[in-house]
Amino acid sequence: MTARPVIDDYAGRRRLVLGLFLLGMAVLVGRAVELQVFEHDFLRRMGDARQTRTIAIPAHRGRILDRNGELLAVSTPVDSIWVNPQLFPATPDNLAALGQALGIATADLRERLARHADKEFLYLRRHLNPDVARQVLALGLPGVNAQREYRRYYPMGEVFSHVVGFNDIDDHGQAGLEKAFDDWLTGRPGLKRVLRDRRGHIIDDLALLRPAQPGKDLRLSLDARIQYVAYRELSRAVRRHRAKSGSIVVLDPHSGEILAMANQPGFNPNNRRELGDPARYRNRAVTDLFEPGSTAKPFTIAAALESGRFRPDSLVDTAPGHYRVSGFPIRDKHNLGKIDLATIIAKSSNVGASKLAMSIEPEQLWSVFHRVGFGQNTGSGFPGEAGGVLRDFSRWYPLDRATLSFGYGFAVTALQLAEAYGVLADDGRYRPPTFLKGQGSDAVEQVLRPRTARLVRRMMRGVVSPQGTGYRAAVPGYAVAGKTGTAKVAVRGGYARDRYIAAFAGMAPADDPRLVVVVVIHEPGAGQFYGGQVAAPVFSRVMAEALNILNVPPDDLDSVPAADSAMGDPV
Amino acid sequence: MSWRLTGVLALGLAVLASAFAIVASQHENRRLFQQLVQLERQRDALDIEWGRLQLEQAALSTPGEVELRARRQLSMKTPGPGETVMVVVP
Repeated sequence: MTARPVIDDYAGRRRLVLGLFLLGMAVLVGRAVELQVFEHDFLRRMGDARQTRTIAIPAHRGRILDRNGELLAVSTPVDSIWVNPQLFPATPDNLAALGQALGIATADLRERLARHADKEFLYLRRHLNPDVARQVLALGLPGVNAQREYRRYYPMGEVFSHVVGFNDIDDHGQAGLEKAFDDWLTGRPGLKRVLRDRRGHIIDDLALLRPAQPGKDLRLSLDARIQYVAYRELSRAVRRHRAKSGSIVVLDPHSGEILAMANQPGFNPNNRRELGDPARYRNRAVTDLFEPGSTAKPFTIAAALESGRFRPDSLVDTAPGHYRVSGFPIRDKHNLGKIDLATIIAKSSNVGASKLAMSIEPEQLWSVFHRVGFGQNTGSGFPGEAGGVLRDFSRWYPLDRATLSFGYGFAVTALQLAEAYGVLADDGRYRPPTFLKGQGSDAVEQVLRPRTARLVRRMMRGVVSPQGTGYRAAVPGYAVAGKTGTAKVAVRGGYARDRYIAAFAGMAPADDPRLVVVVVIHEPGAGQFYGGQVAAPVFSRVMAEALNILNVPPDDLDSVPAADSAMGDPV
Repeated sequence: MSWRLTGVLALGLAVLASAFAIVASQHENRRLFQQLVQLERQRDALDIEWGRLQLEQAALSTPGEVELRARRQLSMKTPGPGETVMVVVP
């Protein structure tokens, strides 16, 4: 037997094996330390992200109310159905059931899901009635969820459309006061942290991070009853005279509050399809400029009186009814001869008004026009408001002075005209107009002598007398002071031959006016075009109903036909 | 030695008690959460109802609607000046 070599020392192998074991252990421990210590926070965050989500709690947008609390705009809860295409099993059965519940054609639904198959969020249908949304969710389809949103409704529809404006589909203000006061109306959505399962269903509320803060209500100065009357009469007149557009403004001269403002053409803010055309939703009463024509004459008279060179009984010779300034002819319709200031207004004499303007300093005329607000933004804050055009007197030519006196060569908005007539109505005090209730009258400024304003008011009563140009503006029972205006439409290089702006601006009761109403109708196309024919009847009806609504006592009972004695008997 | 034993026992009991307390408060938490969800659902339903009623009231009371009903259904009209008796309070 050969002796086998005895290997008595395995120490080398043992150490090797032990070393390998130790190495393996060290790797494991190292990895554990790495996960537990160095990447612990990161991994934990990733894990939580799968489960907890911060979601918004939608907040109510504030309502818009009229001065008496009538609802003009309100947001009510609706549900939008969305789907996670990754989780939704698009089997024919599921598609048919979902499509039917949502009112979407199955083929259309399949196509949309296929197109967005790589997305995790897809709106299927927005702004559904919550009852319908509940039925959709009751199908229990995976990946289909509802999201609470708010939809804006305008119960008054077209009547308030231009003033109130409208919102986009996410309930943010896009036009009108909805836009101007978006911050005030918008609520602050709340935030909460919730635990969700993989299918997106909330299983636990973890924490309320911030409660939802509803938006604040907005109380307007407008009166829905007067607004409705103004809207109704304006749209009737625009239709009857086949006019291109029209605006009406009703103002409270003692506070500067706008009580009504309507335009034609209008739109229904509840119908999103109608919102595409800016020509329909522009609030023309504050965005569109026009030359005021003869409605500016009372301010020429006021400037003449303020200059001290004229008295109410001063006579101006307008014979023979036309004359030239710098070669430009200025005409009256008739030869009125020697007339006083009141007749210049009542008969709307261009020659008379321009002669007054030519005999006072340009600065005096400019100063009155400027101080009553022409050529300056009213500061109402309405989006897109136009400031008007009134050039500085230092750059006037003699012809400018003449044409300015009867309302050409500068441009105003309907709201500016109402604001300026408000100065005459409130004994010479200027107040910036406002759309909000109880917000006016801090910046009151005496811009005309009270006596001047009262004299001009008395002269303007002649316009509405049976001999005046605006007799159709008369309101039974009330003394009305106002002025008609018929202006040619300015076009490139001059004035259009047969396109007119018919206007009437006035106030009642004349001694202490409670209301100023301005009616402007652009391009009446049915034959009649004078302010006294087209705009004055609108003024009369709106003024009569508005005075009635506000319970203003009649100041001119003589003009009312006596009531039947039988009507007076006690019932 | 016995004071140590009692100490350990006391701590053990405290641990047990707090464990039960946790279970109880978890349960209470679940219950209240269920209640909260229920109430939120109720609030939402009332909210929706209120919005609907507000709209309905506003739609029925617009001046246009009132005028239409007054004129068509009730044959009402605005009295003219000839049908009005003015009473002047001295």
